[in-house]
Amino acid sequence: MKLNGAQILCESLLKEGVEVMFGIPGGAVIPFYDVLPEYPKLRHILTRHEQGAVHAAEGYARALGKVGVCVATSGPGATNLVTGIASAYLDSSPMVALTGQVARPSIGKDAFQEIDITGITLPITKHNYLVTAAADMAGVVREAFHIARTGRPGPVLIDIPRDVFIEEAEFRYPDKVNLRGYKPTIQGHPAQIKKAANLINEACRPLIIAGRGVLISRASAHLKELAEKAQIPVITTLLGIGSFPESHILSLGMLGMHGMAYANMAVNAADLIIAIGMRFDDRATAKVSSFAAHAKVIHIDVDPAEIGKNVKVDVPIVGDVGAVLQVLNRDITPKNHVEWVSQLDEWRRDHPSTVIRETDDLIPQYVVRQIYEVTKGDAIIVSGVGQNQMWAAQYFEYNRPNTWISSGGLGPMGFELPAAMGAKVACPEETVWCIAGDGGFQMTIQELATIEQEKLAVKIAIINNRFLGMVRQWQELFYERRYVATPLSGPDFVKVADAYGIAGLRVTDKVMVTSAIETAMEHQGPFLIDFQVEPEENVYPMVPPGAAIHEILEEPRKEARVV
Amino acid sequence: MAKHSLIALVEDRPGVLNRVASLFRRRGFNIESIAVGHSETPGLSRMTIVVDGTATSVEQVRKQLDKLIDVVKVTDITEDGLVARELALFKVKSTSATRSEILQIVDIFRANIVDVASDSMMVEVTGDEDKVDSLFRLLKGFGIREVARTGRIAMARGAGGPIVVEEKPKRARPKRVKGAEEISNL
Repeated sequence: MKLNGAQILCESLLKEGVEVMFGIPGGAVIPFYDVLPEYPKLRHILTRHEQGAVHAAEGYARALGKVGVCVATSGPGATNLVTGIASAYLDSSPMVALTGQVARPSIGKDAFQEIDITGITLPITKHNYLVTAAADMAGVVREAFHIARTGRPGPVLIDIPRDVFIEEAEFRYPDKVNLRGYKPTIQGHPAQIKKAANLINEACRPLIIAGRGVLISRASAHLKELAEKAQIPVITTLLGIGSFPESHILSLGMLGMHGMAYANMAVNAADLIIAIGMRFDDRATAKVSSFAAHAKVIHIDVDPAEIGKNVKVDVPIVGDVGAVLQVLNRDITPKNHVEWVSQLDEWRRDHPSTVIRETDDLIPQYVVRQIYEVTKGDAIIVSGVGQNQMWAAQYFEYNRPNTWISSGGLGPMGFELPAAMGAKVACPEETVWCIAGDGGFQMTIQELATIEQEKLAVKIAIINNRFLGMVRQWQELFYERRYVATPLSGPDFVKVADAYGIAGLRVTDKVMVTSAIETAMEHQGPFLIDFQVEPEENVYPMVPPGAAIHEILEEPRKEARVV
Repeated sequence: MAKHSLIALVEDRPGVLNRVASLFRRRGFNIESIAVGHSETPGLSRMTIVVDGTATSVEQVRKQLDKLIDVVKVTDITEDGLVARELALFKVKSTSATRSEILQIVDIFRANIVDVASDSMMVEVTGDEDKVDSLFRLLKGFGIREVARTGRIAMARGAGGPIVVEEKPKRARPKRVKGAEEISNL
């Protein structure tokens, strides 16, 4: 069957199970958009900026565990994707980014809207392609999706010259991928697993640190089995939130710079760390040289390059988290660590990291907690970056996988709105709350138009403190309150929402919070609430930059300790 | 810190050298030399990359290299006992007075004269870096106009190859032949 390159691309996307793409057309990709009406099963969502498209694709990918797809034209369209591709790369999100390129004869001539996007994205993609003939298209798409979703997932970019879309070729979709340089290890080495089991069986103060790898591998059940069988407390990284139910008695919440004090203290006291699908990021470990100083470390990860990268590991196991845990769980002997668990309970009592202080002020922690109360925890939360992100991580209790979507590695402000949009497209039946800061929200505010056009019932909570809050917090704590370039005026967000055709409410008083959230939930479509919160609220606990993980700043106010 | 020889078998495709070189830059390594050519397998190129670094940091960069889709296999053969060679061309100033002395030195090093002009000679030498360096030092006195060096290519000694393209249950380690001296040091 002879098809043109654009048709081959569409056929191939359908073969890969693609249902939705987020993108913006432009000169180089018109031939692709031109054939889209022939493929009604490929839904295209027009965003208002390519950054919106790429973050939406990541939100979609993370809510569903499927490959997210975004499309942009050559030149500026492609460069606008860069931030979102980097975010997907650092957080191991499966993504395929399709970019147009100038026609083959113009490549290298600095043609209009020509940019070397495969060169630019080299360090932020798992792999990328420049398709030089329509006949290569199907094979490239097959490989790209395979690479994006297997092993340690990540973004793959496919750059397609304009004339390749038009060129005709025989369409035959390859049923096999043969990449001799890419064969991820799935099964862990049995001897290593045995060694790990022995360490676990002998440990007195074992501790599991669960990361995003558990979610990617859909291994939450195996993780729970391990924790319960050997009675091992579980803490998660920021991106591992949801991999283990936070309501579970063995859950200690999140570790790291803004982690729970008791979780960080546990890391310091443990004699064995079982790190599962996490990469010892500096925000998680704090000062790496004193991280888990008294512990042996077992590290399970599908990416061999993560082993020993930041922290010295005693027993490395390279493999898929689920596959490894399945075998490991068989070798674990049931055990109780009564002393250890009760020690942790004591710390949890003495250092209640997420107790909301009693005040009549409208504070952000209360807003997040009320979203939890009103939704009964049954929602997907998509956060921005900064203070709003930390409060959203701390004060909402996550009990299901993939209900917490946040860009942890790159930390791009402006992630929240488009990613929430993508999550809602992925899971139309779920309640999706976008928890934004007033700074980040203004970076991708234009996607309100997409939300309205596509009738996506995203609920938006702006934690509006009129500051670039996290930077302000650092200025307060480490730069003697010199608030340089952090005070921020914003528009009237409710009016902005209204202008985009989206309903909204402003909340200035604590007593209005719950009813506003209820109104948003009852409203059929998208809804925006502008929570005008205390401007100088800080995120606690906090491990100051450069300090060891147990050197924790807790909320200094006296009222913080409410029993 | 020590010099490490990494051997990478890579897909023979456009952009691969860029991917490899960019990775070293990103991880903060200075490539001392890199030599690329065809390997014994069609479609695969062989790179010999020499970098300075601690064993752990080189191991980290090796693993990062291995993650590149176009890189089929990377091995650090530094510890394995290897034969390393490079080729160099020197253009040396010469006069009728110095010509015979230069020829003598070249002869001792089993190097060759590959071009002669009225006031210069081109010397071709093959060997490990030490040998190339010593010849360079000796010829320097006569005045060197131009130097071109290929950088190191290397291969592990013994029967086993360090590089296994097809997946096998166990990685074949090169066997070190005991007592095998580097007989062609000069």
